[in-house]
Amino acid sequence: MSVTAEPIEQHDASRGMFLRGMRLVASYIRTHPGPFAVSLFGALLFAIGGIATTAVLGRVTNQVLVPAFSGGVDARTIWLGAAAIVGVAAVRALGIGLRRYFSGMTGERMMRTIRLQVAERYKELPVAYHKATPTGELLAHMEADVNAAVEVIYPVPFATGVLFLVLFAMVSLILTDPYLAAIGLLVIPTLALMNRSFARRVQGPVERAQERIGDVSAVVHESIDGALIVKTLGREDAETERLAARAEELRKERVEAGNIRAGFEPALEALPSVGIILLLGVGSWRVSRGDVTLGTLVQFVALFNLLAWPMRFIGWILAELPRALVGKDRVDQVLAQPVTVAPPARPVHLPDGPLGIEVQALDYHLDGLPILSGVDLEVRPNESVAIVGPTGSGKSVLAQLMVRLDDPDAGEVLVGGVNVRHVDPLELRTTAALVFQESFLFAASLRANIALDSGASDARIEAAAQLARAHGFIERMPRGYDTLVGERGVTLSGGQRQRVALARALVRHPRILILDDATSAVDPTIEAEILNGLREAHDATLIVVAYRLSTITLADRVLVLDDGRIVATGAHDELLTAEPRYAQIVRAYERGEV
Amino acid sequence: MAEPTIPLDDDLPVPPELQKTWAVLRRGLRESPELRTGLGFTLILSFAVIVATLVVPILIQKIFDHGFDGGFQAAYVYSICGIALVLVTGSYIAGRAAGRRLVTASEHALKNLRVRTFAHIHELSVAEQTKEKRGIFVSRVTADVDSLAEFTEWGGIAWLISAAQIAGALLLMLVYSWQLTIPLVLLVIPLLLVVGKLQAGFTSAYSLVRTRVGEMLSEVSESVMGAAVVRAYGLDESVHGRVANAIGNRYRAQMTAHRRAATLFPVAVLFQALGIATVVVLGAFYGESWGLTVGRVTAFLFLADLFLRPFADLPEIYSETQTAIAGWRKILTVIDLPVEIVEPEPGVVLEHGALDVRTEDVRYAYPDSDHVLHGVSLHIRPGGHVAIVGETGCGKTTFAKLLSRLADPVEGRIVVNGVDLREIAPASRRTAIRMVPQDGFLFDTTIRENVRQGRPGATDRDVETAFEELGLGEWVAQLPDGLETVAGERGEALSVGERQLVALARAQIASPGLLILDEATSAVDPGTEQRISEALRRLSHGRTVVTIAHRLSTAEQADHVFVFDAGRVVEEGRHEALVANGGVYARLYQSWLGNVSVG
Repeated sequence: MSVTAEPIEQHDASRGMFLRGMRLVASYIRTHPGPFAVSLFGALLFAIGGIATTAVLGRVTNQVLVPAFSGGVDARTIWLGAAAIVGVAAVRALGIGLRRYFSGMTGERMMRTIRLQVAERYKELPVAYHKATPTGELLAHMEADVNAAVEVIYPVPFATGVLFLVLFAMVSLILTDPYLAAIGLLVIPTLALMNRSFARRVQGPVERAQERIGDVSAVVHESIDGALIVKTLGREDAETERLAARAEELRKERVEAGNIRAGFEPALEALPSVGIILLLGVGSWRVSRGDVTLGTLVQFVALFNLLAWPMRFIGWILAELPRALVGKDRVDQVLAQPVTVAPPARPVHLPDGPLGIEVQALDYHLDGLPILSGVDLEVRPNESVAIVGPTGSGKSVLAQLMVRLDDPDAGEVLVGGVNVRHVDPLELRTTAALVFQESFLFAASLRANIALDSGASDARIEAAAQLARAHGFIERMPRGYDTLVGERGVTLSGGQRQRVALARALVRHPRILILDDATSAVDPTIEAEILNGLREAHDATLIVVAYRLSTITLADRVLVLDDGRIVATGAHDELLTAEPRYAQIVRAYERGEV
Repeated sequence: MAEPTIPLDDDLPVPPELQKTWAVLRRGLRESPELRTGLGFTLILSFAVIVATLVVPILIQKIFDHGFDGGFQAAYVYSICGIALVLVTGSYIAGRAAGRRLVTASEHALKNLRVRTFAHIHELSVAEQTKEKRGIFVSRVTADVDSLAEFTEWGGIAWLISAAQIAGALLLMLVYSWQLTIPLVLLVIPLLLVVGKLQAGFTSAYSLVRTRVGEMLSEVSESVMGAAVVRAYGLDESVHGRVANAIGNRYRAQMTAHRRAATLFPVAVLFQALGIATVVVLGAFYGESWGLTVGRVTAFLFLADLFLRPFADLPEIYSETQTAIAGWRKILTVIDLPVEIVEPEPGVVLEHGALDVRTEDVRYAYPDSDHVLHGVSLHIRPGGHVAIVGETGCGKTTFAKLLSRLADPVEGRIVVNGVDLREIAPASRRTAIRMVPQDGFLFDTTIRENVRQGRPGATDRDVETAFEELGLGEWVAQLPDGLETVAGERGEALSVGERQLVALARAQIASPGLLILDEATSAVDPGTEQRISEALRRLSHGRTVVTIAHRLSTAEQADHVFVFDAGRVVEEGRHEALVANGGVYARLYQSWLGNVSVG
């Protein structure tokens, strides 16, 4: 099982990338064809409305304005002209509205689709994946990567509409007058070429600036994370210089990109103006020869005006493609992670009464390294067993495999004689509880954190909290069991958190209770109280992954795990004399203790 | 129990003087003088761009009215077209220059602001640099500074340019016909009302989107950070349901925002059409009687567009301004956090050798909270090895921070070799008094560079010597790349124990006279544990050592033990005496014995 992320290949601005990008866009359209079709319709409406607007302006000039100043025009024509102007604008407005809303809907639906897929996958992936991947990265796959992957779809309908507009403009220019068409043929492709050249020139600095942003943020993260060390070493100035150097590199790239843009933006404004001036110059000559009318001239000026702005959007899509592909690749990597723990097709029920655990020839690898190799063990119903071993011997993994948080590469785990792979996950969860060293609390009340969907009554919650020695400090809080904890709530100490986590397990009256170093941060006196309480009050099969002598003594029997194998088993006293490796571990525990 | 920082929309409390938008803007500009220098000329250049937009309607009017007077006036038409081309080219050059100047000034300002904010964060006392605030500080220096870029490079000046375009078009319209201008100006009133109403709608819609995104991310982060608990307790479906629900809510909020955003431009198009239609109707009916010409009325068709269009751009400029103000407010709030540790100039230099430490009635309280130290007075003789013990929250870690002047006491004083700690020169203090925090944080560079940071100007040889002096030469030799081994992010390429070894060498190289050790609690494998004890023994030799002890075995070996309880020293003395005393320490010791001596 490997959870390391593959480095993402760099996308170059090649043809292959363009084709992949187009396929990506096409796949989005196929997933949500309805809203996309409406937005495309809106874009076409906008194009038609735009062209109609210029045509109406031309005819209004010819049939209303020019006659008005040379002989007169009847009122009906004037009102008709005005109505036409408003009418075609209404069509254009409707087109814009439809296009924007429904292209938004296409994108948002696609994002929702992908987010739900990622969430589903997060739900199914083994805990090891979540542990190995930084939370920030997991969140980025849900937010930034999805945005990057999908945002490219927003301007697609608009760009399609603009293409239609450009084509029509060219055709109508050619049909109307070859001279005016020549100007159009000069200006429109120049605009397109300028767009491409800009996109190409700015790509390098923009990408480099993006990398530099990463550098800056790496320095900031590291330095602020290690602020205490920076202070104790008196390295504040050295750190500031280190950041200043990175920030300067970023500044250079951004200035380079900004200067390219500063050349491009005014050119984008100026070029259509140049086209219009040429149009007016050449057009006047054509008007004087009677080849075109003033109205036609007005129409084309309006058309150029209309074209100037949206042309840049086509270039924008091309610039967005690499980002979209990278985003989609990152999301796809998550979706391609293998799901190792699959629920059984026909679940088998666990027997009633106390349950034993049997582990047979268990092998488990992480990132290609063996963690457990051929582990066999048996825990009898209602027995308490301590698992002991040096750091990295695979104790925690063994505990997790016992409650099927992951499946082994080989071998089986039997609970009450039933293979855990055949047990309904929910039934297993209500039967066996595992308490971790790192006790995660949800942003909710303490009551909810203990109950966790179990539907336990307040009385049961309090009883569990009492057994876990959490009741006392909870009662002393101003809001008691209603105190909010988690990211925005009250901060509990490590020991308090562990006691809440223990109560959370006890409230379910599990028939198998596994404690994975679950009381390591609890004060020793309280820990002793808890363990004694558990020994007396709790009627369950108990497995303790122990890092302290105190927890070992709770057990009827000790299993010694070393290098992924069970090397010895027996009572604590026997092992201490008979097994030198055990004695060594115990000595290490003593030194490292309290 | 390390918790990753969750990106939250967390905020530090904003000081009253930064509540008002204008105040933030004024302060922001004052803090970044780079933005103001040369701004006047940049503005003049930017206004030149407006000229290009006005050229087209003027040209239309001139050609339509004078180009065909008694036959085609070719020379006239071509020469004014030529002048127009020159003007457009000129405005292109001006626009380009203005853009470059803006980019240069803005990037310069942002870089300096970034570096300044970062430097200020490092100057804050440890009381401010809490784990909870790390995420906030990181985003102030990164995302928040970046959020200003759009405004400083475009949004800020866009207000003025839009105003100039409106004014230019208005002026030209008045020149051509005040009668036609009046209805267009009147049209602006309903347009502004509608745009303003839409703007309020966007603001609330986008703030809802932000809330929903935040909610979604916190659901997701709970589901992944708590994955082990979620799995172990079979909460998969209910947690997934909450995530899916949050994704759905976020979608709906986004669609509300899209629906509102989708109305702005259609409304603008309709207003523009109404304006043009009004010009056509009035021009056709009354143009001749008002003494207008066909050229002027036609020019108005385009001027109406130029005049009305900027109003539709206002929401975007406005929202960029809001983003920038919010970013500025956050950054300025951090810059305004007071620096508590004021270093003496030049200060007293401590002599080499073990230090004498005395604290007199030291009291301390973290900002906005109760006292954690209630008058601690103690004395440690030069070369003494003392342990400080006590339950979590008794103030022992805070005391260690005060000893190394990571914060100053609220009351009382700390005296080192007879000198108030606040009077000691910073450079001298940093080598003479060295705190080794328990987490063994290392920078993502080689072990050699990490240790070298322990003393400015240390040579490669010094680094090697430091390891040898601690008996770690052999350990270094068996590392894959020796001293060149890279520590990884936060030092995580090394094990917890190995990080501590490097941290000890980093202290050794400074040869401090007072060593403050915050003992580690995490489990370390036996081999490394032995190396750490040996290195600690050598590091402590001939120095004053204060150990914040989490293990009573450390206290057993100390010359003297101070027992802290609720911010006070409640007992002191040697281990044996304290045990015999039957007080707090004895109770701690008994529970420890109860835990280790069974069997």
